[in-house]
Amino acid sequence: MLLYISKRLAATVLVIVAASMLTFLILNLIPGVTPIMILKYAFIGLEEVPNDSEIATIIERFNLNDPLYKQYFRWLMEVLGGNLGTSYVYGLPVSTLLLSKLPATVLLAATSTVFSLVISIPLGIVSAINRNTLIDHFCRLGSLFFVSMPNFWLGLILIIIFSLKLDLFPVTGYGKLEHLVLPCLTLGSGMAAVTTRVMRSSMLEVLNQDYIITARAKGLSETIVIFRHAVRNALLPVITVAGLQFGHLLGGSVIVETVFSWPGVGKLLVDSILARDIPLIQGCILLIATAYALINLFVDLFYALLDPKIRYGRGL
Amino acid sequence: MVLVQTAMENSEQKAKTAETLLEIRNLKTYFKINGSIVKAVDNVSLKIINGEILGLIGETGCGKSVLGLSILRLLPENAKIEGNLLFRGKEILSLSKAEMRKLRGKEIVLIPQNPSTSLNPLMQIGCQVLEAVIRHHNLKKSEAVSKVLDLFSKLKLQEPPRKFRDFPHQLSGGMKQRVLMAMGVACNPKLIIVDEPTKGLDAVLRIEVVRMLKETASAAGTSMLLITHDFSVAAALAHRIAVMYAGEIVEMGKTAAVLRNPRHPYTAGLLNSLPGKGFNPIPGSSPSIISLPEGCRFHPRCSRANMKCTASHPELVKLNDDHFVRCFNVCF
Repeated sequence: MLLYISKRLAATVLVIVAASMLTFLILNLIPGVTPIMILKYAFIGLEEVPNDSEIATIIERFNLNDPLYKQYFRWLMEVLGGNLGTSYVYGLPVSTLLLSKLPATVLLAATSTVFSLVISIPLGIVSAINRNTLIDHFCRLGSLFFVSMPNFWLGLILIIIFSLKLDLFPVTGYGKLEHLVLPCLTLGSGMAAVTTRVMRSSMLEVLNQDYIITARAKGLSETIVIFRHAVRNALLPVITVAGLQFGHLLGGSVIVETVFSWPGVGKLLVDSILARDIPLIQGCILLIATAYALINLFVDLFYALLDPKIRYGRGL
Repeated sequence: MVLVQTAMENSEQKAKTAETLLEIRNLKTYFKINGSIVKAVDNVSLKIINGEILGLIGETGCGKSVLGLSILRLLPENAKIEGNLLFRGKEILSLSKAEMRKLRGKEIVLIPQNPSTSLNPLMQIGCQVLEAVIRHHNLKKSEAVSKVLDLFSKLKLQEPPRKFRDFPHQLSGGMKQRVLMAMGVACNPKLIIVDEPTKGLDAVLRIEVVRMLKETASAAGTSMLLITHDFSVAAALAHRIAVMYAGEIVEMGKTAAVLRNPRHPYTAGLLNSLPGKGFNPIPGSSPSIISLPEGCRFHPRCSRANMKCTASHPELVKLNDDHFVRCFNVCF
């Protein structure tokens, strides 16, 4: 088991290095001249046109004329030394910025995931048990509706209905429970739509298995057959999907955070990309890749907890 | 010859109380698949008396497993069952769902085919047997556990307490088969439906499984519906044999009589295809039950077929007191 975890952690490090390298390269491919963008966002204002001497100062200050590999390795060495660098725009350590934005993102990601699971698992079960009945059609239509609905649009609709018309929840803000409700509903409903479908199809597959016939042949009640025998088996793929979704959200949900002005990592990342705030972008990517990889590892370990075949087999 | 001898012994051991346990009358199990109707079991009638083992023989897809599952009403929702299933005189098909559940696992038990997929992979095997015991007996948990451990040791599963906590993937195919058997005999059922007990087992295990089934049946006087494609298993266990082809019973009689004098060309063909008898396969393959041939369902593969066989469908006729055959050109 320890060997397995350390192997996975080593792989995680490789993934993170590759991700940061790619980001670094892509930053230099996207439109917009880096020193000019930095100048506009951090120093002279968006409307101003920088002159040549200002650009030259920026290039020199941030060593932007160095070959890319040199720039990248300088950053990598700093990171290995435990320093994520200083943001060009804010003038603050990247780690400080990330840590200040992380709690909001984690809170939103966790509540949305929990909300989506609480909704989707029962719905998936009910839908599968009542296959091809009105309930099932309703669930499938509902999940198709929420899967197809763009987050930002749903967010705006929720704001219009619950904030502006009914005045139940605040439009934006952070810190109180009432601020959390609408962003959590927006993100959670889309996720729930996906997991409901996964749970439904996984349940249908499990209900076709021979061991379900065995369970029924024992004379067990349908409730016991469903909950003791079918649901646990059907949950395995759902956990994978929910884990991936959660990992995805830990990187910050850019759109929803923007719509609700949620002070999370996603919004920080978008702002830093616009400003070409390279150390901050790299820091965000580092955080996102790490979170994603660790969540994946965690999901696999959790999987092993549920599935004895993985727990005892393959010499873990 | 060995086959016939064991069969003779079986017939003599046959229980003396000739009380009917299960009577199947004109059973039809149809499936609705994409609008068309598939007749998996077509007008089957048979009887199992107390303490009797009836061997139901046929190739894959002839409907023998569906027949077994029909008795327990364990088929998917698109199945339609018609006819009469009388268990100890009571009509199974008119039982409520709750009454049916009381019957399953207690009176009538299924030992499913495919031991490898018939156990819940996420549950300790002991708990899976325990479940059946607790469902039908008013036992304390500790008593039920010791009953399960007892069953395990009777079925020669080594170190029962450790096996109890094992998960299915930790067991070999033969051990899984034994766990399923423990599940089957746990509540002293009246009828055990054994579906392909030797499928996929090697020769040594096959003998072992047959021996265990035999012991189970003779110890408790349990009746069995033994569903198999393996004549040697049926010969070793069954008092009577029913041969099924394309959803119908084509021949039924005492094991020794059927083995010694097969009357239906299909039965004769099956026996000739056994390794011991020269490995002569029946030409062609069994028909798809979606599109059955006109007339006798076996005629396209039958060497004795004539005009009559292609035109009309033979009925099951009585040859002598306990031997039935569905053929116009009975072999003699």
